[in-house]
Amino acid sequence: MNRRFINKDALIRLVLLLFALSSLLFLFTIFVFILSEGLPLFYKAGVSSITLGMKWAPTKGYFGIFPMIVSSFMVTFGALVVGAPLALACATYLSEYAGKKTKIFLKPSLELLAGIPSVVYGFLGVVYIVPLIREYTGGSGFSILATSLVLGIMVLPTITSISFDSLMSVPAAFREGSLAMGATKWQTVYRVVLPAARSGILASFILGMGRAIGETMAVIMVAGNALKIPTSLLDPLRTLTSNIALELAYATDDHRSALFSTGVVLLVIIMSLNLLANFWVKRRVSR
Amino acid sequence: MRINPRHTDKLMSAGLSLQALFTVGILILIIAIIFIKGFPYVTAEFIFSYPEDMGRLGGVFPSIIGTIFLGLLSIAFATPLGIGTAIYLTEYTKESTLTRVIRFGVESLAGIPSIIYGLFGFIFFVIKLGLGWSLLSGTLTVAIMVLPTIIRTSEEAIKSVPKNLRTVSFSLGATKWETVTRVIIPSAAPGILTGIMLSIGRAVSETAAVIFTMGSSLRLPTSIMDSGRTMAVHFYILAREGISMEKAYATALVLVLSILVINILAYYLMHRMIARYS
Amino acid sequence: MKVRFHGLLLLLLMPLVPCCHHGVQGASGGRKTTVTVAGSTSVMPFSEKLAEHFKIERPRITVDVQGGGSSAGIQACINRTVEIGMSSRELKGDEKILRQIVICHDGIAVVVHPRNPIRDITLEQVRAVYGGKIRNWKALGWIDRNIDAVTREEGSGTRGAFEELAMRKTDIDDSTMVQDSNGSVKEVVATDPYAIGYLSLGVVDAKVRALSVGGVSPTVKNIKTGKYRMVRPFLYLTMGEPGETARLFIAYVLSKEGQGILKKEGLIPVNE
Repeated sequence: MNRRFINKDALIRLVLLLFALSSLLFLFTIFVFILSEGLPLFYKAGVSSITLGMKWAPTKGYFGIFPMIVSSFMVTFGALVVGAPLALACATYLSEYAGKKTKIFLKPSLELLAGIPSVVYGFLGVVYIVPLIREYTGGSGFSILATSLVLGIMVLPTITSISFDSLMSVPAAFREGSLAMGATKWQTVYRVVLPAARSGILASFILGMGRAIGETMAVIMVAGNALKIPTSLLDPLRTLTSNIALELAYATDDHRSALFSTGVVLLVIIMSLNLLANFWVKRRVSR
Repeated sequence: MRINPRHTDKLMSAGLSLQALFTVGILILIIAIIFIKGFPYVTAEFIFSYPEDMGRLGGVFPSIIGTIFLGLLSIAFATPLGIGTAIYLTEYTKESTLTRVIRFGVESLAGIPSIIYGLFGFIFFVIKLGLGWSLLSGTLTVAIMVLPTIIRTSEEAIKSVPKNLRTVSFSLGATKWETVTRVIIPSAAPGILTGIMLSIGRAVSETAAVIFTMGSSLRLPTSIMDSGRTMAVHFYILAREGISMEKAYATALVLVLSILVINILAYYLMHRMIARYS
Repeated sequence: MKVRFHGLLLLLLMPLVPCCHHGVQGASGGRKTTVTVAGSTSVMPFSEKLAEHFKIERPRITVDVQGGGSSAGIQACINRTVEIGMSSRELKGDEKILRQIVICHDGIAVVVHPRNPIRDITLEQVRAVYGGKIRNWKALGWIDRNIDAVTREEGSGTRGAFEELAMRKTDIDDSTMVQDSNGSVKEVVATDPYAIGYLSLGVVDAKVRALSVGGVSPTVKNIKTGKYRMVRPFLYLTMGEPGETARLFIAYVLSKEGQGILKKEGLIPVNE
């Protein structure tokens, strides 16, 4: 074979390898910079004073983000309560009941829901949901309730899509066997298909959580951003993401480092959630 | 007393379809509200004139241009890297630790929330590299954000090109690279384009990552070192500050419409791809 | 196909051209045509207004106004990243190496919803509300309903001024809601009948009502005579002597016309 061809091909392969490695390079750079800005404060002020500290007043030396960690989890859980049942119902309907025509119409519609910018969700939340809550309860409307409602709708597409994939990959034989034994469709779905897709569905919940806990703009608009741990559904709250976005533009020195430390905590939580979800998915495959 | 399972079946079937309908209903409601409230204010003047009085009057022309530039430039950066990675992973190696590590890297990038990208872009591009709040900082940050999407969809597209096309190409004497560029990529084009369109959609609707890297200047960006606003950022500021509800709805409408168009295009291309090979 | 590809490439490279052109022009020593002004978000809308009018007088000069906050603007000015920094609070410690130009004064107004019947509040009451001691409108003479207090975020010049002038040693309570700009504070107070907030006097309009503090209403006259105490300076900062274009803009801002614009916006001009 012509020597020139071999070298050219090897060169191309090398270039493509470098392209592929670029993703790792970017990931590495992101981690390095976020950690290099955020970790020093952990050494200086102590990990527990930051992650377990109750007071956030960075210009005065208090960097406690515990209330925000709790709040982030609260609204994430709230988002799941609002969105997961609905999403699962949609996924089940799509995979088990919908005809081809409905599928072609329904699935893109759900993805379209995912395409709407988060700021639009936040805006509609402020204009419609917050005043509604304020009118019927005693608070300002900026609350866990408002945030959970908005986030719940936002994570719908994620949970639906992954649960749908999970349900679709349950072998047809499972369904056929169940129906052959005289079970109704619903019995089949409820007792055979859903349990079989259990890991994938759980993975979708966890990924939905990851999406909710990472959401920033919509949350800033409806959560009220108060620093205290909320004690009722109607109390305002501040999440880790809002904390960063609210103060980043103004922060200097230690204050800014504290925001990066918040980012580190956020990254750790989300990476853990992602790893957990992947673990569940792998379990499904190996079953 | 036991309920007849046939009744439960009918009930659940109805219940599920209702919930699915409800969800679609939410989507339609959202789009309807924005359309009804925003449409009266989306005039030619709105689209082509400059904002005045902090956005209370005038139009959104600079943000439209800013958005277009950001979308196109970030795709320009991300697409070669993305397609190259996809080609490497599918055509040039077998599954190995290296490929698994690379895939892990891609998945991880996909999982990072946008505010972290904003943090990173801010400290790295804006401050450390000294690029300031600029189109360039925004572009580079968004490019990394959409890279995983392009890699994933390109990989899917390339994988679904039938194997025999490759064998035929080789048997005709083509080299690997020629096969890739003249046979595989063109066949996978619709799928790849879908990924690109979805990424443009993502870039257009991003706010947290963009506001801290590209800034929020009302100027028309004429160079990549200029700061500017994208439609999403402009909308956020209008909405949050209560500057003008009409302009906010109008901006939202233009924003949502563009994303709708982009998504519909993406789906059309994807169906072309599926039709080609089924 | 090839033509289309190259056309797309050209389109994408277009933004790069002005960038290169820009650099060449600057290097040749010609007059710079852009001035960057960055910093306090309180000062920003007024700088924008001034920039808009300045453009009419001097079409060749572009004034680029950015936000970022007082602290960021001060830092950027010290680092020479921007020519003119904006601050809505006094300079502290090391920051004082910058050259300060007071362009006007701004009052901090305590605002409530227009439907709120309360017209006056004492400074002690403001402190108690924000300190978390008074939580119900009943204690201030209105109905039995929780007070939805809104504050600015940490690091904000406006908050810093409010803490210094109103709160003194008392901390703002943790349960207070936070918004990150004057406009968004105004928006919350304008839509929530039970809210109270503080913001730049220049931003107050018909959507909210400014309360009089200790019997003194926040008018320009009361600020000039010193009766209304919650006042802070709006500062333009430069590192050393400003460049020629920057000097032109600053001169415009301090001129009768510039000060007139600020006065119309509800700020207190310096040169009268």
